Amino acid sequence: MSRPIPRPSPTEQPFYDACARGELALQYCKPCNRFLFYPRTHCDHCHNPTLEWRQVSGEGTIASYTVVRRSVSEAFTAPYVIALIDLAEGPRIMSQIVDTEPEVLAVGQSVLVAFEEWSDDIKLPVFKLRGVLGK
Amino acid sequence: MAKSGLNSTCALIGMAESDVGIVPDKTPRELCVQVTLDAVRDAGLTLQEVDGLITCNAFAEPIMYHAEAVAEYLGWQPRHCVTVNTGGGTTFMAIKMAAAAIAAGMAHTIVVAMADSLRSFMTREQAMVVQSSSGHPHYEQPYGPTVPAYYALIARAHMDRFGTTEEHFAHAAVSCRAWANQHPKAQMRDLISIEDVMGSRPIADPLKVLDCSLVSDGGAAVVITRGDRASNAAQKPIYLLGYGEGHAYEHISQAQDLTTSAAVTSGRAAYADSGLTPNDMDLLQLYDCFTPALLIQIEDLGFCAKGEGGDWLASGISLPGGTKPLNTHGGMLSYCHPGNPGAMFGLTEAMLQLRGQAGERQLAGMNTALCHAQGGIMSSHATLILGNARPS
Repeated sequence: MSRPIPRPSPTEQPFYDACARGELALQYCKPCNRFLFYPRTHCDHCHNPTLEWRQVSGEGTIASYTVVRRSVSEAFTAPYVIALIDLAEGPRIMSQIVDTEPEVLAVGQSVLVAFEEWSDDIKLPVFKLRGVLGK
Repeated sequence: MAKSGLNSTCALIGMAESDVGIVPDKTPRELCVQVTLDAVRDAGLTLQEVDGLITCNAFAEPIMYHAEAVAEYLGWQPRHCVTVNTGGGTTFMAIKMAAAAIAAGMAHTIVVAMADSLRSFMTREQAMVVQSSSGHPHYEQPYGPTVPAYYALIARAHMDRFGTTEEHFAHAAVSCRAWANQHPKAQMRDLISIEDVMGSRPIADPLKVLDCSLVSDGGAAVVITRGDRASNAAQKPIYLLGYGEGHAYEHISQAQDLTTSAAVTSGRAAYADSGLTPNDMDLLQLYDCFTPALLIQIEDLGFCAKGEGGDWLASGISLPGGTKPLNTHGGMLSYCHPGNPGAMFGLTEAMLQLRGQAGERQLAGMNTALCHAQGGIMSSHATLILGNARPS
């Protein structure tokens, strides 16, 4: 069993293309002046069908997190950290926090995006604590 | 608030449970067939006097057209036959659909039956993977979250916002086990302490294995009929006094609020429907898939102020001898949790208590009960308010 790999739809492809370049990109709804995530055909607020892709900062804060001690399958090696990250531009995203000791994590900490290879052609965003970026 | 239109239109007149816990000798379909027949017999009816069937599919034995397959197995051609799936909320949304079909004249008496065998007909890994597949395939599952991890995210957020502690969650597990200790069928009966929960194996911090519900086999069914037919029933009818539901999101990463759920919407609708309040409830049967879910429902269904669920549990009010008996069969934490049918056992236990048929477990003064179920990751909610007196 291997880790689940996204198979992007045409609507989602720009998100993964940006990840491959080492950039985090989100859809932006001009009428709402608001970013959204996950990728959609329409704004989930006003249902405007014309959304722009914009590169964002990759900065966020931890809304919540858990250290998974019993992995979902043998494709994952516990412990690993699953977190909900509130991005600086507004949307919330689920990800992993990597390169950290679980004991130092807390809700509200600042994190920054990084990218990891999930398969030969898919990179996914993960996050690192800002205080330990040099590690 | 608008009424559901379902209150007082129908009553539950039959119920059955299979063996629960570890039941390797029957497939989920066979368990579903068995509880269907047993519930109809309990109602003093024959299958020919029942004209509807609602079921839920089984993870361990998926069937494309599940309700039709169960009816066929029984050589039965019901007038109304449908499979529903809203995860753990399927149970009571199926009750709603049965009541709505009866109110609309599409049937007069319906069996709601479901069973699954996560314990004996799936490996531990299969059960983990199939349940975590509720996560978003592109934006959650690739990171390896488990269902306990989703609830751990909710738990951590509640701790951070309200000062709730891991011990508070542990009280929910201890309370359910204390009730299960009194039930001869419960899968886990040995009494546990707060220290036992705190010291149990870590699963997804802050949740330990004793904060998590069981993995079980089992099935249950109820028979629901039109109010005017209920008065001639073989058993004391249990009336549906109120119904509510609420839907907030599907994936936890899309939740607007991690610590307050759509149980607020669901509960308010059910109270308005019945004209009753949280204080009027003699018995609570809540959805305890994980201890934080139970704690949040206690708050969101109005049994205490927001943020005070931990203190409510720690007060001992829900324990045997307390004034708000909660999950008196032991809940999914200790009685059994065969997946989507899990909340059915809260309903069957409520029916027994309201009928006065709970045997040595029978509690005094049981006239009203609130049963709550939820699907997804605290995503969709359904609340039943039941009573044993015909509403005027």
